[in-house]
Amino acid sequence: MTLRTPLAQVRGLGSAKEGVHHWWLQRLSGAALVPLTLWFIFSIAGMSGADHAAFAAWAADPFNAVLLILLVAATFQHVHLGLQVVIEDYIHGGAAKLILLVGSKFGCFILATAGIFAILKVAFGG
Amino acid sequence: MAEFRLPANSKIREGKKWPKAEGKNVKTFKIYRWSPDSGETPQVDTYEINLDECGPMVLDALIKIKNEIDPTLTFRRSCREGICGSCAMNIGDGKKGGTNTLACTKYISDMGSDVVINPLPHMEVVKDLVPDLNKAYAQLASIEPWMKTQTPPPPDQERLQSPEERKKLDGLYECILCFSCSTSCPSYWWNGDRYLGPAVLLQAYRWIADSRDEYTGERLDNLEDPFRLYRCHTIMNCSNTCPKGLNPAKAIAEIKKLMIERQG
Repeated sequence: MTLRTPLAQVRGLGSAKEGVHHWWLQRLSGAALVPLTLWFIFSIAGMSGADHAAFAAWAADPFNAVLLILLVAATFQHVHLGLQVVIEDYIHGGAAKLILLVGSKFGCFILATAGIFAILKVAFGG
Repeated sequence: MAEFRLPANSKIREGKKWPKAEGKNVKTFKIYRWSPDSGETPQVDTYEINLDECGPMVLDALIKIKNEIDPTLTFRRSCREGICGSCAMNIGDGKKGGTNTLACTKYISDMGSDVVINPLPHMEVVKDLVPDLNKAYAQLASIEPWMKTQTPPPPDQERLQSPEERKKLDGLYECILCFSCSTSCPSYWWNGDRYLGPAVLLQAYRWIADSRDEYTGERLDNLEDPFRLYRCHTIMNCSNTCPKGLNPAKAIAEIKKLMIERQG
Protein backbone atom coordinates (compact mmCIF):
# COMPACT_ATOMS: atom_id res chain seq x y z
CA MET A 1 0.00 0.00 0.00
CA THR A 2 1.15 3.52 -0.65
CA LEU A 3 -0.18 6.86 0.52
CA ARG A 4 1.67 8.81 -2.16
CA THR A 5 -0.65 10.91 -4.27
CA PRO A 6 -1.42 9.63 -7.80
CA LEU A 7 0.46 12.62 -9.24
CA ALA A 8 3.57 11.81 -7.21
CA GLN A 9 3.41 8.23 -8.44
CA VAL A 10 2.96 9.29 -12.05
CA ARG A 11 5.80 11.83 -11.94
CA GLY A 12 7.95 9.14 -10.31
CA LEU A 13 11.64 9.58 -10.93
CA GLY A 14 11.04 12.08 -13.74
CA SER A 15 11.73 11.86 -17.42
CA ALA A 16 14.83 9.92 -18.47
CA LYS A 17 15.43 12.52 -21.25
CA GLU A 18 16.37 9.53 -23.38
CA GLY A 19 14.73 7.17 -25.84
CA VAL A 20 14.99 9.09 -29.11
CA HIS A 21 18.33 7.51 -29.95
CA HIS A 22 17.04 4.01 -29.26
CA TRP A 23 13.91 4.61 -31.35
CA TRP A 24 15.84 6.14 -34.26
CA LEU A 25 18.52 3.43 -34.28
CA GLN A 26 15.85 0.73 -34.33
CA ARG A 27 14.28 2.36 -37.40
CA LEU A 28 17.65 2.88 -39.09
CA SER A 29 18.80 -0.69 -38.52
CA GLY A 30 15.40 -1.92 -39.71
CA ALA A 31 15.65 0.16 -42.88
CA ALA A 32 19.22 -1.05 -43.51
CA LEU A 33 18.13 -4.66 -43.09
CA VAL A 34 15.58 -4.49 -45.93
CA PRO A 35 18.14 -4.25 -48.80
CA LEU A 36 20.77 -6.28 -46.93
CA THR A 37 18.41 -9.19 -46.25
CA LEU A 38 17.05 -9.15 -49.81
CA TRP A 39 20.61 -9.14 -51.19
CA PHE A 40 21.57 -12.03 -48.89
CA ILE A 41 18.53 -14.15 -49.77
CA PHE A 42 18.92 -13.65 -53.53
CA SER A 43 22.67 -14.24 -53.39
CA ILE A 44 22.29 -17.49 -51.47
CA ALA A 45 19.41 -18.64 -53.66
CA GLY A 46 21.50 -17.92 -56.74
CA MET A 47 24.23 -20.22 -55.43
CA SER A 48 22.06 -23.25 -54.72
CA GLY A 49 23.99 -26.43 -55.43
CA ALA A 50 27.37 -24.76 -55.15
CA ASP A 51 30.07 -26.52 -53.10
CA HIS A 52 31.97 -25.28 -50.03
CA ALA A 53 34.83 -23.84 -52.05
CA ALA A 54 32.45 -21.78 -54.18
CA PHE A 55 30.75 -20.41 -51.08
CA ALA A 56 34.07 -19.57 -49.45
CA ALA A 57 35.23 -17.80 -52.62
CA TRP A 58 31.94 -15.86 -52.73
CA ALA A 59 32.26 -14.78 -49.11
CA ALA A 60 35.91 -13.82 -49.60
CA ASP A 61 35.00 -11.37 -52.35
CA PRO A 62 35.52 -7.89 -50.76
CA PHE A 63 32.11 -6.61 -51.84
CA ASN A 64 30.30 -9.65 -50.43
CA ALA A 65 32.40 -9.71 -47.24
CA VAL A 66 31.64 -6.06 -46.47
CA LEU A 67 27.91 -6.55 -47.05
CA LEU A 68 27.94 -9.73 -44.92
CA ILE A 69 29.58 -7.86 -42.04
CA LEU A 70 27.03 -5.06 -42.37
CA LEU A 71 24.24 -7.64 -42.41
CA VAL A 72 25.48 -9.30 -39.21
CA ALA A 73 26.05 -5.95 -37.48
CA ALA A 74 22.65 -4.53 -38.44
CA THR A 75 20.85 -7.77 -37.55
CA PHE A 76 22.27 -7.99 -34.04
CA GLN A 77 21.90 -4.26 -33.43
CA HIS A 78 18.23 -4.58 -34.39
CA VAL A 79 17.73 -7.77 -32.36
CA HIS A 80 19.37 -6.19 -29.34
CA LEU A 81 17.15 -3.08 -29.47
CA GLY A 82 14.03 -5.14 -30.09
CA LEU A 83 14.74 -7.61 -27.29
CA GLN A 84 15.32 -4.74 -24.89
CA VAL A 85 11.86 -3.35 -25.66
CA VAL A 86 10.19 -6.75 -25.30
CA ILE A 87 11.89 -7.35 -21.95
CA GLU A 88 10.97 -3.89 -20.68
CA ASP A 89 7.39 -4.43 -21.84
CA TYR A 90 6.78 -7.72 -20.11
CA ILE A 91 9.27 -8.12 -17.26
CA HIS A 92 8.64 -5.62 -14.49
CA GLY A 93 11.48 -4.83 -12.15
CA GLY A 94 13.55 -7.14 -10.02
CA ALA A 95 16.53 -9.33 -10.79
CA ALA A 96 14.89 -11.10 -13.74
CA LYS A 97 14.67 -7.88 -15.73
CA LEU A 98 18.29 -6.94 -15.05
CA ILE A 99 19.59 -10.42 -15.84
CA LEU A 100 17.63 -10.61 -19.10
CA LEU A 101 18.61 -7.10 -20.21
CA VAL A 102 22.31 -7.66 -19.51
CA GLY A 103 22.17 -11.21 -20.90
CA SER A 104 20.54 -10.11 -24.14
CA LYS A 105 23.09 -7.32 -24.60
CA PHE A 106 26.05 -9.62 -23.97
CA GLY A 107 24.51 -12.37 -26.10
CA CYS A 108 23.92 -10.10 -29.09
CA PHE A 109 27.40 -8.59 -28.80
CA ILE A 110 29.08 -12.00 -28.58
CA LEU A 111 27.11 -13.41 -31.52
CA ALA A 112 27.77 -10.33 -33.66
CA THR A 113 31.50 -10.44 -32.88
CA ALA A 114 31.68 -14.16 -33.61
CA GLY A 115 29.82 -13.70 -36.89
CA ILE A 116 32.04 -10.86 -38.05
CA PHE A 117 35.17 -12.75 -37.00
CA ALA A 118 34.03 -15.76 -39.04
CA ILE A 119 33.46 -13.61 -42.12
CA LEU A 120 36.90 -11.98 -41.75
CA LYS A 121 38.51 -15.38 -41.29
CA VAL A 122 36.97 -16.63 -44.54
CA ALA A 123 37.70 -13.35 -46.33
CA PHE A 124 41.36 -13.33 -45.36
CA GLY A 125 41.81 -17.00 -46.19
CA GLY A 126 41.84 -18.50 -42.68
CA MET B 1 5.65 -9.57 -15.20
CA ALA B 2 2.70 -8.90 -17.44
CA GLU B 3 -0.35 -10.88 -16.38
CA PHE B 4 -2.01 -12.93 -19.05
CA ARG B 5 -4.61 -14.54 -16.82
CA LEU B 6 -7.16 -12.86 -14.62
CA PRO B 7 -6.24 -12.87 -10.94
CA ALA B 8 -8.35 -15.31 -8.87
CA ASN B 9 -10.50 -12.52 -7.41
CA SER B 10 -11.29 -11.20 -10.91
CA LYS B 11 -12.54 -14.47 -12.43
CA ILE B 12 -15.97 -13.76 -13.83
CA ARG B 13 -18.87 -16.09 -13.09
CA GLU B 14 -22.40 -16.25 -14.39
CA GLY B 15 -24.70 -14.00 -12.41
CA LYS B 16 -28.36 -13.39 -11.86
CA LYS B 17 -30.94 -13.81 -14.61
CA TRP B 18 -33.41 -10.97 -14.16
CA PRO B 19 -37.12 -11.44 -15.10
CA LYS B 20 -37.91 -11.87 -18.78
CA ALA B 21 -39.32 -8.91 -20.69
CA GLU B 22 -42.59 -9.02 -22.55
CA GLY B 23 -43.10 -7.86 -26.13
CA LYS B 24 -41.96 -8.77 -29.62
CA ASN B 25 -38.79 -6.71 -29.76
CA VAL B 26 -36.82 -8.06 -26.81
CA LYS B 27 -33.05 -7.65 -26.48
CA THR B 28 -30.79 -9.38 -23.96
CA PHE B 29 -28.11 -7.41 -22.12
CA LYS B 30 -25.24 -9.17 -20.34
CA ILE B 31 -23.63 -6.74 -17.93
CA TYR B 32 -20.55 -7.02 -15.72
CA ARG B 33 -21.37 -6.65 -12.04
CA TRP B 34 -19.03 -6.33 -9.10
CA SER B 35 -19.45 -4.68 -5.75
CA PRO B 36 -16.59 -4.05 -3.32
CA ASP B 37 -18.95 -4.81 -0.43
CA SER B 38 -20.09 -8.27 -1.51
CA GLY B 39 -16.76 -10.05 -1.07
CA GLU B 40 -17.58 -12.10 -4.16
CA THR B 41 -15.91 -12.36 -7.56
CA PRO B 42 -17.42 -10.43 -10.48
CA GLN B 43 -20.49 -11.82 -12.23
CA VAL B 44 -22.35 -11.20 -15.46
CA ASP B 45 -26.04 -10.45 -14.96
CA THR B 46 -28.58 -11.01 -17.73
CA TYR B 47 -31.32 -8.46 -18.32
CA GLU B 48 -34.06 -8.38 -20.94
CA ILE B 49 -35.52 -5.19 -22.37
CA ASN B 50 -38.44 -4.52 -24.69
CA LEU B 51 -36.78 -2.23 -27.24
CA ASP B 52 -40.17 -0.82 -28.28
CA GLU B 53 -40.23 0.94 -24.90
CA CYS B 54 -36.59 2.03 -24.91
CA GLY B 55 -34.45 4.70 -26.62
CA PRO B 56 -32.07 3.63 -29.39
CA MET B 57 -28.73 3.94 -27.52
CA VAL B 58 -27.01 1.54 -25.15
CA LEU B 59 -27.11 4.26 -22.47
CA ASP B 60 -30.91 4.42 -22.84
CA ALA B 61 -31.04 0.71 -22.08
CA LEU B 62 -28.74 1.06 -19.06
CA ILE B 63 -30.89 3.88 -17.66
CA LYS B 64 -34.02 1.83 -18.29
CA ILE B 65 -32.52 -1.13 -16.44
CA LYS B 66 -31.53 1.09 -13.51
CA ASN B 67 -34.95 2.77 -13.40
CA GLU B 68 -37.18 -0.23 -13.92
CA ILE B 69 -35.34 -3.48 -13.22
CA ASP B 70 -32.31 -3.14 -10.98
CA PRO B 71 -31.54 0.15 -9.20
CA THR B 72 -28.21 -1.22 -7.91
CA LEU B 73 -26.65 -1.25 -11.40
CA THR B 74 -23.89 1.37 -11.27
CA PHE B 75 -22.42 3.35 -14.16
CA ARG B 76 -21.26 6.89 -14.93
CA ARG B 77 -23.25 9.08 -17.27
CA SER B 78 -23.97 12.74 -17.66
CA CYS B 79 -24.54 14.50 -20.97
CA ARG B 80 -25.98 11.56 -22.98
CA GLU B 81 -24.70 13.16 -26.22
CA GLY B 82 -21.04 12.17 -26.53
CA ILE B 83 -19.43 15.28 -25.12
CA CYS B 84 -18.73 14.55 -21.44
CA GLY B 85 -16.94 11.22 -21.83
CA SER B 86 -18.46 9.77 -18.65
CA CYS B 87 -20.16 6.68 -20.05
CA ALA B 88 -17.10 5.12 -21.73
CA MET B 89 -17.29 1.34 -21.41
CA ASN B 90 -16.59 -1.82 -23.39
CA ILE B 91 -19.63 -2.72 -25.50
CA GLY B 92 -20.02 -5.54 -27.97
CA ASP B 93 -22.14 -8.46 -28.99
CA GLY B 94 -21.45 -11.95 -27.78
CA LYS B 95 -19.78 -12.96 -31.04
CA LYS B 96 -17.25 -10.30 -31.98
CA GLY B 97 -16.13 -9.12 -28.57
CA GLY B 98 -16.40 -5.60 -27.32
CA THR B 99 -15.02 -2.21 -28.25
CA ASN B 100 -14.34 0.67 -25.91
CA THR B 101 -16.86 3.35 -26.75
CA LEU B 102 -19.47 5.71 -25.33
CA ALA B 103 -22.75 4.07 -24.32
CA CYS B 104 -24.62 7.24 -25.26
CA THR B 105 -23.51 7.25 -28.90
CA LYS B 106 -23.57 3.49 -29.49
CA TYR B 107 -26.73 2.17 -31.15
CA ILE B 108 -28.26 -0.96 -29.62
CA SER B 109 -29.10 -2.01 -33.20
CA ASP B 110 -25.35 -2.19 -34.00
CA MET B 111 -25.21 -5.39 -31.98
CA GLY B 112 -26.39 -8.44 -33.89
CA SER B 113 -27.01 -10.67 -30.91
CA ASP B 114 -26.95 -10.04 -27.15
CA VAL B 115 -25.39 -6.81 -25.93
CA VAL B 116 -22.37 -7.51 -23.72
CA ILE B 117 -21.18 -4.63 -21.53
CA ASN B 118 -17.99 -4.54 -19.46
CA PRO B 119 -16.09 -1.73 -17.72
CA LEU B 120 -13.09 -0.21 -19.52
CA PRO B 121 -10.45 -2.98 -19.69
CA HIS B 122 -7.53 -3.38 -17.32
CA MET B 123 -8.51 -0.62 -14.93
CA GLU B 124 -9.35 -1.23 -11.31
CA VAL B 125 -13.09 -1.37 -10.88
CA VAL B 126 -14.79 0.84 -8.31
CA LYS B 127 -18.17 -0.81 -8.83
CA ASP B 128 -19.94 -2.48 -11.80
CA LEU B 129 -19.15 -0.35 -14.89
CA VAL B 130 -17.26 2.37 -13.01
CA PRO B 131 -13.47 2.16 -13.47
CA ASP B 132 -10.95 3.94 -11.24
CA LEU B 133 -9.50 6.72 -13.41
CA ASN B 134 -7.47 8.49 -10.70
CA LYS B 135 -4.15 7.44 -12.18
CA ALA B 136 -5.19 8.46 -15.68
CA TYR B 137 -6.25 11.89 -14.40
CA ALA B 138 -2.92 12.25 -12.57
CA GLN B 139 -1.14 11.40 -15.83
CA LEU B 140 -3.13 14.13 -17.53
CA ALA B 141 -2.15 16.60 -14.79
CA SER B 142 1.50 15.59 -15.20
CA ILE B 143 1.64 16.95 -18.77
CA GLU B 144 0.23 20.30 -17.56
CA PRO B 145 -2.66 20.62 -20.01
CA TRP B 146 -2.92 24.40 -19.97
CA MET B 147 -1.26 27.22 -21.86
CA LYS B 148 2.15 28.14 -20.46
CA THR B 149 3.76 31.40 -21.52
CA GLN B 150 6.44 33.82 -20.44
CA THR B 151 5.22 36.72 -22.57
CA PRO B 152 2.33 38.46 -20.83
CA PRO B 153 -0.91 38.58 -22.82
CA PRO B 154 -1.54 41.74 -24.86
CA PRO B 155 -3.29 44.23 -22.57
CA ASP B 156 -6.23 44.89 -24.87
CA GLN B 157 -6.90 41.62 -26.63
CA GLU B 158 -6.51 37.86 -26.45
CA ARG B 159 -3.40 36.00 -27.64
CA LEU B 160 -3.70 35.83 -31.41
CA GLN B 161 -3.35 32.79 -33.61
CA SER B 162 -3.44 32.67 -37.41
CA PRO B 163 -6.12 30.51 -39.05
CA GLU B 164 -3.36 28.09 -40.17
CA GLU B 165 -2.01 27.83 -36.62
CA ARG B 166 -5.50 27.27 -35.26
CA LYS B 167 -6.08 24.54 -37.86
CA LYS B 168 -3.29 22.49 -36.30
CA LEU B 169 -5.46 21.94 -33.23
CA ASP B 170 -8.26 20.33 -35.24
CA GLY B 171 -8.46 16.65 -34.43
CA LEU B 172 -6.87 17.36 -31.03
CA TYR B 173 -9.15 19.77 -29.18
CA GLU B 174 -12.18 17.51 -29.71
CA CYS B 175 -10.87 14.87 -27.28
CA ILE B 176 -13.31 14.47 -24.38
CA LEU B 177 -10.96 12.40 -22.20
CA CYS B 178 -13.15 9.31 -22.01
CA PHE B 179 -9.98 7.14 -21.91
CA SER B 180 -11.47 4.60 -24.34
CA CYS B 181 -8.17 4.75 -26.26
CA SER B 182 -5.76 4.37 -23.35
CA THR B 183 -7.69 1.41 -21.94
CA SER B 184 -7.71 -0.28 -25.37
CA CYS B 185 -3.91 -0.14 -25.61
CA PRO B 186 -2.01 -3.32 -24.63
CA SER B 187 1.08 -1.25 -23.96
CA TYR B 188 -0.95 0.81 -21.49
CA TRP B 189 -2.30 -2.40 -19.94
CA TRP B 190 1.19 -3.78 -19.30
CA ASN B 191 2.97 -0.52 -18.44
CA GLY B 192 0.25 1.95 -17.52
CA ASP B 193 2.17 2.96 -14.41
CA ARG B 194 4.88 4.60 -16.53
CA TYR B 195 3.53 4.84 -20.09
CA LEU B 196 1.27 7.89 -20.39
CA GLY B 197 -1.11 6.24 -22.87
CA PRO B 198 -2.70 7.62 -26.05
CA ALA B 199 -5.30 9.89 -24.42
CA VAL B 200 -2.72 11.80 -22.38
CA LEU B 201 -0.16 11.88 -25.22
CA LEU B 202 -2.82 13.34 -27.55
CA GLN B 203 -3.47 16.02 -24.93
CA ALA B 204 0.28 16.60 -24.61
CA TYR B 205 0.52 17.10 -28.36
CA ARG B 206 -2.48 19.42 -28.28
CA TRP B 207 -0.36 21.84 -26.20
CA ILE B 208 2.86 21.16 -28.11
CA ALA B 209 1.04 22.02 -31.34
CA ASP B 210 -0.52 25.19 -29.92
CA SER B 211 1.23 28.18 -31.50
CA ARG B 212 0.51 30.35 -28.45
CA ASP B 213 2.31 28.06 -26.00
CA GLU B 214 5.91 29.03 -25.18
CA TYR B 215 7.06 25.88 -23.38
CA THR B 216 7.17 23.41 -26.31
CA GLY B 217 10.75 22.36 -25.53
CA GLU B 218 10.05 21.72 -21.86
CA ARG B 219 6.97 19.74 -22.82
CA LEU B 220 9.08 17.56 -25.14
CA ASP B 221 11.73 17.19 -22.40
CA ASN B 222 9.06 15.91 -20.05
CA LEU B 223 7.92 13.29 -22.58
CA GLU B 224 11.36 12.14 -23.74
CA ASP B 225 11.46 8.88 -21.87
CA PRO B 226 11.57 5.20 -22.86
CA PHE B 227 8.32 4.62 -20.99
CA ARG B 228 6.32 7.87 -21.00
CA LEU B 229 6.36 8.19 -24.81
CA TYR B 230 8.27 5.33 -26.39
CA ARG B 231 6.13 2.49 -25.00
CA CYS B 232 3.86 3.32 -27.95
CA HIS B 233 4.49 0.50 -30.41
CA THR B 234 1.98 1.79 -32.99
CA ILE B 235 -0.53 -0.94 -32.22
CA MET B 236 -3.25 1.53 -33.35
CA ASN B 237 -6.05 0.22 -31.12
CA CYS B 238 -6.39 3.81 -29.89
CA SER B 239 -7.32 5.20 -33.29
CA ASN B 240 -9.57 2.23 -34.04
CA THR B 241 -11.60 2.63 -30.88
CA CYS B 242 -11.89 6.42 -30.47
CA PRO B 243 -15.63 7.17 -30.26
CA LYS B 244 -14.95 10.72 -31.49
CA GLY B 245 -13.10 9.51 -34.59
CA LEU B 246 -9.80 11.09 -33.51
CA ASN B 247 -6.34 9.71 -34.23
CA PRO B 248 -4.19 9.53 -31.08
CA ALA B 249 -1.65 7.31 -32.90
CA LYS B 250 -0.97 10.16 -35.34
CA ALA B 251 -0.55 12.65 -32.50
CA ILE B 252 2.02 10.31 -30.90
CA ALA B 253 3.81 9.94 -34.24
CA GLU B 254 3.97 13.75 -34.51
CA ILE B 255 5.58 13.95 -31.07
CA LYS B 256 8.15 11.34 -32.12
CA LYS B 257 8.86 13.34 -35.28
CA LEU B 258 9.48 16.49 -33.23
CA MET B 259 11.84 14.52 -30.96
CA ILE B 260 13.91 13.64 -34.03
CA GLU B 261 13.63 17.14 -35.49
CA ARG B 262 15.18 18.82 -32.46
CA GLN B 263 18.14 16.41 -32.48
CA GLY B 264 19.73 18.21 -35.41
